[in-house]
Amino acid sequence: MERIVYLDNNATTQVSPEVVEAMLPYFGERYGNPSSMHSFGGNVRRAVEEAREKVAGLINADPQEIVFTSCGTESDNHAIHGVLAASMGRTDLVTSKVEHPAILNTCQALAKKGLKVSEVGVTSEGALNWDDLDAALTDKTALTTIMWANNETGIVFPIAKIAEKVKETGAVFHTDAVQVAGKIKIDVKKTPIDLLSISGHKLHAPKGVGVLYVRKGTRIRPYLTGGHQEAGRRAGTENVPYIIGMGKACEMMTKHMQDHNVKISALRDRLESELVRICPDAKVNGLGQERLVNTANVSFYYVEGESILLLLDEHGICASSGSACSSGSLEPSHVLRAMGIPFTGIHGSIRFSFSHYNTDADVDFVIEKLPPIIKRLREISPFGK
Amino acid sequence: MWDYTDKVKDHFLNPRNVGEIENADGAGEVGSMACGDALRLTFKLDPATKRIQDARFKTFGCGSAIASASALTELLKGKTIDEALQVSNKDIAEFLGGLPEQKMHCSVMGREALEAAVENFRSGGRVKHTIEGRVICRCFGVSEKEIERVVRENNLTTVEQVTHYTKAGGGCKGCIPDIETILQRIASERQVRTGMTNLQKIRKIEEVIETVIRPALKNDGGDVELVDVSGNEVTIMLRSACANCPASKLTVRDFIQKELRERVLPELTVIEQK
Repeated sequence: MERIVYLDNNATTQVSPEVVEAMLPYFGERYGNPSSMHSFGGNVRRAVEEAREKVAGLINADPQEIVFTSCGTESDNHAIHGVLAASMGRTDLVTSKVEHPAILNTCQALAKKGLKVSEVGVTSEGALNWDDLDAALTDKTALTTIMWANNETGIVFPIAKIAEKVKETGAVFHTDAVQVAGKIKIDVKKTPIDLLSISGHKLHAPKGVGVLYVRKGTRIRPYLTGGHQEAGRRAGTENVPYIIGMGKACEMMTKHMQDHNVKISALRDRLESELVRICPDAKVNGLGQERLVNTANVSFYYVEGESILLLLDEHGICASSGSACSSGSLEPSHVLRAMGIPFTGIHGSIRFSFSHYNTDADVDFVIEKLPPIIKRLREISPFGK
Repeated sequence: MWDYTDKVKDHFLNPRNVGEIENADGAGEVGSMACGDALRLTFKLDPATKRIQDARFKTFGCGSAIASASALTELLKGKTIDEALQVSNKDIAEFLGGLPEQKMHCSVMGREALEAAVENFRSGGRVKHTIEGRVICRCFGVSEKEIERVVRENNLTTVEQVTHYTKAGGGCKGCIPDIETILQRIASERQVRTGMTNLQKIRKIEEVIETVIRPALKNDGGDVELVDVSGNEVTIMLRSACANCPASKLTVRDFIQKELRERVLPELTVIEQK
């Protein structure tokens, strides 16, 4: 297999070898059901609870506030549907225009059914529009859900301030923290966040496991009903090996996140500044806002994203784009649209997202291969000089 | 992610005829940066033979868009203008060994650029290509004529296919009812041309009821019985669980009538006999 330069970590991350090792016994001899009476199951129960403590440790929550789910999308759905079902008198939703489809499409489907849904916009720099938020919050707002950091641009919202504002109006506050867990230190004892979504495969745990943090006292109904697992909050036999993996990944992040960030931000900053220096008509999106240290979203004007990605792929370089053609639908990035970035910039946008497994050699390689690709596509393009 | 054929990959990685002919005989430009697809085609004729001597392209677009334009220029070389106008979007896709469904609009764009360039040539270099007729899809600037042409030439039957071939309906989706109207009209034209006899029609209705409708209703404990067919009016009687079901009107309209219209004739109406 040719060398892969993997720079698409906001899409998914590799599972750490230590995480795989921690999971394996639970595919092997330790296959008991944690709810069983016998000690064969009880031992597995103990391991699940230890994993729960490790996850709680990552965000400074109490272990009883951690609900294991199958993924970030399920956590998001649980938050929205669960709060609406338990809400007395309040019926409206507030969210933002730049959310992940798991939140946005879920809210829009509810809007089609007649619920009032307000989508708060962002400025051209990508900051949350405070006036919009002010106007949207009313005493009929049941739930406000606003992401902590954006998966496409890496822009980080001031979530503590947002949470405080929302709580003043009496609504429940949920944040999709899928891109933040493992990248920014989360302390739920320091902010009034009620609900928070985490996705395993964004922090080197496998795909297929997630978490919903539920602050004690939050009124919320279960989303998946059936048995009494997860203290009656989420039915279904626990996905034991993956939960163990999630616990291990969180434990590793708690220990090493700071060190990872130092390394990652140096790599990202160098790639960004070099690309903008070498390629004419290239612009970083979200520069000037607080951003995740691992994300670089760069627009290359006059050329199209899918063709850039295909040519990068020829060299084993993995990235993603906000262009319409690479989206699977015909729509370009709704996040960049919400920022008012012109189509010329959206279709040519490329996102590079790092993990601590990336190296300086990766950055050197992209700096070597990408500018000629852009030059070549500009020669083929009818636009620009 | 896209399953591109080797030929598409080849024409993307090694595109033929990139560029722009100066003092071209014909020049056509379609698409825009807003759409995410744009193609500028230029060609030059051999003054003696009047055949296309050289054709060049410039494309802003994805792998399929670049490959389609490259393929188009290869197909044009050596042809007269009349021969060139015979090149359809299907020809472009076939030349490339096929394109993913969702990328067929790239081949359609090639065809449009060709028409624009020929129009430009025939008008002595004056006419710049404009959208003819009623615009159906505002998001992507697709006209009724274009949708009809693509539906007929490629035998399309669903809205999804129309979106894949023209992008219409892929944005705000507000034009989807209009697209459905066009599809129904062309489908019934086909029907009229193939000329189903009354007997054939009734037999087809029976067949659809037996093989599609009854099994689905039976799954939910219901059933239906065909009572009569008079002209385009189909009379049925709901049975079993369907008979007393509060949603029976929906079943009749949104399932039974819909299926018969799609599979037999768009003009059929279904009436429930109580």
